[in-house]
Amino acid sequence: MAQSEFEATRERLLKFVKGIYDTLKQGEVPEILMPSRNRDNIVLDQKFAVWRYGDLKVTRSAKYVDGAEYMLKSLYMIEFILEMIRNAKTSTLREMYYISEGWKNGKFGTQDESNIMAEDLEVMTALLREDFRLRPEENGASVIGNLTLEERNRKGEFKKINCKDDVGEAGYSIPYNVDNEKVRLKDVDADFVLAIETGGMFDRLVENGFDERFRSVLVHLKGQPARSTRRLLKRLNEEMHLPIYVFTDGDPWSFRIFASVAYGAIKTAHISEHLAVPTSQFIGITATDILNYDLPTDVLTDKDVQALQAELKDPRFTTDFWKSEIETMLKMNKKAEQQALAKYGLDFVTDKYLPDKLSGTNDMEE
Amino acid sequence: MAGRQYSISEGKEISISEFFEKNRHILGFDSPQKALYMIVKEALDNSLDACEEHQIIPEIKVRVLKAENEEFEVTIEDNGPGIDRKEVPKVFGQLLYGSRFHSFKQSRGQQGIGITAAVLFGQITTGKDSLIRTRKKGDEVAYDFRLGINIKENRAKIAEEKPAMWDKEHGTIVTIFSKGKYQTGKQSIFEYLKETATVNPNMDLIFEDPDGKTYHFKRVIERPSVPARPIKPYPVGLEPGEILALAHETPATSVATFLSGDFSRISRNSAEEICRIAGIEMNRKPADLSLAEIKAIRQAVGSISILPPSSDCLSPLGEEFIRKGLRNIYDDLHPSFYSKPVKRATSTYNGNPVSVEVGLVFGGDLPQDEPVRIVRYANKVPLLYQPGACATTRAVSEIDWRSYGLDQRNGAGVPFGPMILFIHVFGIRIPYTSESKEAIAPVTEISEEIKAALKTAGRSIKSFLNKREKRKKISEKFRLVSTILPEISEKAASITGEGNIPIESVLSKVANVIFITEETAPSDEGLDVRAVVHNFTSSPRSFTLIADPPVGDLVGSPEFEISDLAPAANVSFTFKIKVEAGRYPGTDYYFRGIDPVYINGAEPLPADWNIEKINVEEVADGAE
Repeated sequence: MAQSEFEATRERLLKFVKGIYDTLKQGEVPEILMPSRNRDNIVLDQKFAVWRYGDLKVTRSAKYVDGAEYMLKSLYMIEFILEMIRNAKTSTLREMYYISEGWKNGKFGTQDESNIMAEDLEVMTALLREDFRLRPEENGASVIGNLTLEERNRKGEFKKINCKDDVGEAGYSIPYNVDNEKVRLKDVDADFVLAIETGGMFDRLVENGFDERFRSVLVHLKGQPARSTRRLLKRLNEEMHLPIYVFTDGDPWSFRIFASVAYGAIKTAHISEHLAVPTSQFIGITATDILNYDLPTDVLTDKDVQALQAELKDPRFTTDFWKSEIETMLKMNKKAEQQALAKYGLDFVTDKYLPDKLSGTNDMEE
Repeated sequence: MAGRQYSISEGKEISISEFFEKNRHILGFDSPQKALYMIVKEALDNSLDACEEHQIIPEIKVRVLKAENEEFEVTIEDNGPGIDRKEVPKVFGQLLYGSRFHSFKQSRGQQGIGITAAVLFGQITTGKDSLIRTRKKGDEVAYDFRLGINIKENRAKIAEEKPAMWDKEHGTIVTIFSKGKYQTGKQSIFEYLKETATVNPNMDLIFEDPDGKTYHFKRVIERPSVPARPIKPYPVGLEPGEILALAHETPATSVATFLSGDFSRISRNSAEEICRIAGIEMNRKPADLSLAEIKAIRQAVGSISILPPSSDCLSPLGEEFIRKGLRNIYDDLHPSFYSKPVKRATSTYNGNPVSVEVGLVFGGDLPQDEPVRIVRYANKVPLLYQPGACATTRAVSEIDWRSYGLDQRNGAGVPFGPMILFIHVFGIRIPYTSESKEAIAPVTEISEEIKAALKTAGRSIKSFLNKREKRKKISEKFRLVSTILPEISEKAASITGEGNIPIESVLSKVANVIFITEETAPSDEGLDVRAVVHNFTSSPRSFTLIADPPVGDLVGSPEFEISDLAPAANVSFTFKIKVEAGRYPGTDYYFRGIDPVYINGAEPLPADWNIEKINVEEVADGAE
């Protein structure tokens, strides 16, 4: 990859370090000031209609052992990132954790700690993990549909891929970095994107040829979607002007999957504007669907009930639609999976359920 | 006593052996797991009692061998005084034999019941006789016996007796064949031996388990333990029936001489007074007294004032035995703290002297989140069974350990933490919850003594924890200024590619104190200690540092003068401490001549420190 693309990252990281250096040089105790990444500090961004960190700040001062260790860890991590940029390497978060074994007083205790530090560094420098050349462990989710894109391969060449014709049944695998220097969206012949929670349902829609019959791009979310999956959805929405529909199970956790696609998640609230698609629409299983279609159900667990009650207080679920659906689910004490629709045959979901939902969702939202 | 019989009912008499055969649980032989343990315990308790009485440093071998059909061969060899060959049939073959039965003395063994019960149990379960070899010092040869027990008649049945050559000058080997189950864990032979080794640090013990594995508990004290002194029965602690039995055995010809001669703390005058109060002619023959008359005498004893029993008849373990014993056995766990053993003054229960010793081991590899371990002893014998019923466990549970820095739900119950509590109750006639003597009865008098001792030990952990917390904070702060901040500045300089920066003024802003740290290295006679004084303040500093090692002897002067130590500079002092390796908890440092806010790692010199010297200095100050 060309070095110049990382020049901006390098500059910004160096500026952060220079701040610490200059403070020390003046004989002062350096400190790091950054937004609190606590749940209490999540606010709605009026401009982007997504959730972001608010004005609460935390200060970490080198005056205290904790603060000084934190600062030292961030310096080691920056040094490591700069070295990767210089050598055109990437590393997984886990690899970095193991490398930190050699960081003397800056060694991490757990991988969670080093993952959080990577996120903090994003927050402090307003950069993305991809800029740092850090990859998550899990591989990306998949895409099937008439979408043509170019992905840069290991040799640095852009290679054209059509997500319908050039891929197998498993679809196009989303890489960890889907930003423009890695993936370029070229052309699409579809009317909307359908984001699907479970692999079983994704396969069902592929087998039934839903993408062709309904001119859509199918994206498998693989549960709570990875950053790159959300980023790709955002780009499909922004650059290719495709509306996003989210098709999930009918339980509190699936509602949260929708919320993170539409409004952002607490952990990544610093980059919500890059990831969240506030216009996404929910067409997953609702409490009303369970009643209307008389779907096979499971009883809510204690954790399910707690999660639903928490959602009633969550600012992302304040619409009348969500209030009534959550309250109904609590009242009937039942939940259902996407695949429960198979009660009416393998084609029911593509012949009846989705077409109905797609034509009626707007009404339901209001 | 050979004819001693227990009357059961309707005049039908059975021998004590027969009774035991039918009620083996009474003496602790109630399960196959316990049987092997009881055999080892009875033999070893006797060996240690005999060694202590004859001032021999014990050398013991225990072997448990697996034979056929769940049968085991259990062998205990000691270097004790040996047994007179004529006594052997009585000692091993007759229940309730024992010179100690009426003696008033603190001892380990079960008053002449235990080892015979073991022989009997072996015989009942395997049909085999036991093997005894014994030699008294000065005897030309040892004698080998093969013997069993005639259950109906409660006496030994000698199958074979023959002289034997033995290279040991004195000692006894007992081999008992028995059915049983060998187990490991909290209630096992191994645990019993380990805990016995703890309180007998002068014992050398080799144990071979059924897998052929050998364990060696090494001796760390080279002298015999202090024996208990027998005393005459103390009348306040006796039941009328016991006085009646004594009255039948006494050589005394009158009640008055019986009372003043056969009991402790009864003078001729008090004997006469007792007779007067009880309304009994003092010249009567003791053997003629009726039970009613004995009861009157017992009551009269309670109504006159007699001295408490003498306390020097007891044999405590003593501080050295507890300290070295605990270290010897538990040092593998690298404890960070051993409390000073606590011993209570002798008190009485039911007229009999009793006392408590407590020790405490804390920290190291001991588990943080488990209940503390309580190792219980009665008269130097480990108690492994029925912990919940025992006065020791109850006393632990009734103390609020939270105030000593341990976790405990609602301030009651066994606390949680990395701690072993060592509790030794010793005395004459300790009350037990049952005949098998597995747990000390939680009577108020004893429980209160245990609690008082535990609280004293508890306070020592509290002060240890406070000190450790303080040291930890200081060492964290020291790490901050001595390594983390310099590392931040180096990293920042190397990443930006700009020059290194002096950060002394930053360090003094962060710390603004003088740190006293120490490094140690083992030397020939103990430890070389290097005390380092680092000035992280922004001005030159002068003061006096005084080293006070809590253990060992400091060689040379303990006072060091620091004069005009520049900011960011350090100075070090070295001294030697004569101390056993691995026994050094860190020196306590004191200072004078500087505002305490500037010192981290030392305390202001206490006012009572070396009073004379300070007085001299004050005079000197005043003269200026």
